Amino acid sequence: MKTIEPGIVQEYIDRYADKFVYIHLETTNGAYAKHFDKNAHNVGAYIRNAQIKYERGKIVTTDEAYRVGLKTSGWIYAEGLTDYEITEEGQLLLAGHDPEGRLMVALEISEKPFDM
Amino acid sequence: MDFKDHKHVVIIYPHPDDESFGASGTTVRFREAGVPVTYLCGTLGEMGRNMGSPFFATRESLPEIRKQELLDACAVLDMNVEMLGYRDKTIEFESRKLVAERLKDYIEDLGATLVITFYPPFAVHPDHNAMGAAAFEAVKMIDSDIRPELWATAITNDRQETLGEPDVIIDTEEVFEKKLEAIKAHRSQAEGMLSKMRESSDFVGEYDSALQRLQYESFYRIDVDRVHY
Ligand SMILES: [Zn+2]
Repeated sequence: MKTIEPGIVQEYIDRYADKFVYIHLETTNGAYAKHFDKNAHNVGAYIRNAQIKYERGKIVTTDEAYRVGLKTSGWIYAEGLTDYEITEEGQLLLAGHDPEGRLMVALEISEKPFDM
Repeated sequence: MDFKDHKHVVIIYPHPDDESFGASGTTVRFREAGVPVTYLCGTLGEMGRNMGSPFFATRESLPEIRKQELLDACAVLDMNVEMLGYRDKTIEFESRKLVAERLKDYIEDLGATLVITFYPPFAVHPDHNAMGAAAFEAVKMIDSDIRPELWATAITNDRQETLGEPDVIIDTEEVFEKKLEAIKAHRSQAEGMLSKMRESSDFVGEYDSALQRLQYESFYRIDVDRVHY
């Protein structure tokens, strides 16, 4: 992955608007958070291969990272995104990593279901 | 205990790298005694968080990478591996009974005389606890006169206070190079885990002793008719 280029990401978000697409959305602080720091609290949320359709989406720049929101009949958003990749199949992968390269949040959009 | 006394050892853990951190020295000792060892690996660790710095993986490419690492580590340890195809961080939501029935078939088909797994609920990660519980259940389904021995790995920080001294402690010093080689075959995991140990407040100043502890592989002997899990 490489550092987000908001123009390119916005282009792909627009490309997938008004189509049925598959979403992967996750956030986590790791299954060992509490094991390594007894004051920590493990949190995470995960959805893979939810089929959705959004009428529009937007990437918003903040100081250190990006937020992406997709307007469906409700809302989908992710915060803290830092890096992106377009796969060979044209999937848009967005993720936020800490300085050690550990994934903290991910939002991915694909026309075909993600591998299981 | 004489390693040669066993016919086949089956290790049941959920993640690629659990076998190398937890039981690779033991595996090498069994292999040196000519005993076959099979690793039933529950998932491909698809939800691993280390993508590297610089990046070597994405959420989508990680499973293939970890699969190859698993094959490399098992080659180092000269052990068989079966990938069970569950999904990282979801095993506790599967039917324990169905998972247990599958594990029982493997245990019986392989003629296992020893099963090694995690000790629920003393194994920290929900997959560890769920896989261990299914493995306990599988052994329990087998008639008591032909049941394999069952050893379990506990990794909670307070395991000694809760469970007492482990029943089996294998010193892997003689084969430690191989153990480290197996751990390092899991390139996506090893550095992350070691650096996490280095910076954790519970481990401050204890990194070297943590590494030393890797030298000892400890197990509790489980009587499935009496254990609560
Ligand atoms: Zn594990």
